[in-house]
Amino acid sequence: MDKLLTLLEDNAQFTYSQLAAMLGETETEIKKRIEDYKEKGVIKGTSTIIDRSKLQNAGVNAIIEIKVTPKAETGFDETAKIVASFDNVDSVYLAASATFDLIAFVRGANIQEVSSFVAKQLSTLDSVVSTATHFVLTEYKKSGISFIDDCNEEQRSMEL
Amino acid sequence: MDYNRFINEKIRTVKPSGIRKYFDIANEMGHVISLSVGEPDFQTPWHIREAGIDSLQRGKTWYTPNRGFSELRQEISKYFERRFHVTYNPDTQILVTVGGSEAIDGAIRTIVSEGDEVLIPEPSFVCYNPLTRLADGVPVTIETKAENGFRLTAEELESKITPKSKLLILPFPNNPTGAVMRKEHLEEIAKVVRKHNLFVLSDEIYGELTYGNTSHISIASLEGMAERTIVISGFSKSYAMTGWRLGYALGPKEIIEQMTKLHQFAIMSAPTTAQYAAIEGLRHGDGDIEYMRNEYNIRRRLIVDGFTRMGLTCFEPEGAFYVFPSIKSTGLTSDEFCTKLIKSRRVAVIPGTAFGDCGEGYIRVSYSYSLGHIMEALNRIEMFINNPDAPEIEA
Repeated sequence: MDKLLTLLEDNAQFTYSQLAAMLGETETEIKKRIEDYKEKGVIKGTSTIIDRSKLQNAGVNAIIEIKVTPKAETGFDETAKIVASFDNVDSVYLAASATFDLIAFVRGANIQEVSSFVAKQLSTLDSVVSTATHFVLTEYKKSGISFIDDCNEEQRSMEL
Repeated sequence: MDYNRFINEKIRTVKPSGIRKYFDIANEMGHVISLSVGEPDFQTPWHIREAGIDSLQRGKTWYTPNRGFSELRQEISKYFERRFHVTYNPDTQILVTVGGSEAIDGAIRTIVSEGDEVLIPEPSFVCYNPLTRLADGVPVTIETKAENGFRLTAEELESKITPKSKLLILPFPNNPTGAVMRKEHLEEIAKVVRKHNLFVLSDEIYGELTYGNTSHISIASLEGMAERTIVISGFSKSYAMTGWRLGYALGPKEIIEQMTKLHQFAIMSAPTTAQYAAIEGLRHGDGDIEYMRNEYNIRRRLIVDGFTRMGLTCFEPEGAFYVFPSIKSTGLTSDEFCTKLIKSRRVAVIPGTAFGDCGEGYIRVSYSYSLGHIMEALNRIEMFINNPDAPEIEA
């Protein structure tokens, strides 16, 4: 993958000039390349990674395995699109393993909200055969960022 | 009780490391962002760790031969030939040590007799001076200069040579300045060394970490120099293996043989598990080195750009993983700069003076950190430069 994308995936906050310095290109070149990537839909957007355990009432996350009956024409896509359109769904992937087909990462204000989403919106879809919901208890790492607070300060102390 | 009576005078008068103070302030402050370490932030590549684990599972927990496993010495020999084009006989010209540090100590103690002068370019890593004193030698400092890219020049060297000069320490790629010596610079130094019949201790621990078009040249690869050079290197920086404590010395068999005696009595043999891991590293780790070097290079470019934008003159470092910006424009001393920076913005860097008096007016900044960490630290340093008299944060 282009190093420019690797850098942006790692940290979206680099300025054009910082990216230019790191990659030995001009700011104009970097700006143009990023715009091209956005136009082609390679760069979809940016977001901030939040450790919700540090907040009060920050909601709950669940991972839902979904078994789907594929459609003759569109396979899993049609159902996946419907699942993706729900506000509670943060991410959805086709996994097609032996036990389930789609996997969705879902967010809700509380357990009741997620349960109600599964019972009323997800399970009631015609093509959904069954679901298995796993509530997330602790987040240890997300999008490459570790949430584990042991930042080995002591090990990496000042040295000459 | 008067312990001074029981403490060796030479040890007692060695000055402790100059950074204790900042370390204590950082600990007291808490939540300090540090750019002060001298080791890779990468973990040892997994296949290398696995080789160590595997050796433990197979119960390989005994001493190794004093010089290190023969297999390891063969791999070191092949590696050094492959990378730096000097051939060492694995049976007689290689000693595996507890890090590069032990090899430096052993070499200095083996070569230096009472009253011998040891030429030490500064700013440089801090061990050469005290180790020379402990060997009853006389350290002679040679100040390298920013206008020469902190390289040692033949004139500077020649001006410090006396009939007592015996050993030249050649610490390049350099910690803390990031300076490297290209072939043409080394040729000039080699001429002086041969002319005055000096010996060289070439500390090449950062030899794999050079950026730009030219890779590291070992002075031992120049004509007539292998016979008068001890090369020190190791696994810490290139393979991210600092905690494994493994290094080596390469040199004429007459010197290595004497160093091996010291090593035998003081150490016995370097860590066994680390030796197994190192064999794997030498065999299959060239790609890891390449990967880490590329990552350091991106960080290096980011940090040099950052300091330049802040208006701090930053000589472009070509090796190791440090930058050595001048802070003279702030009107502060290195100590004042570091103390104020840590107290008002919670960023820890090391004063240039920790690496020799001639480091005054500079700071050493390590870029062995993630890009996000470096960005945050740069932002804070910039706030500090723009407002150096901001109130101190309560500890």
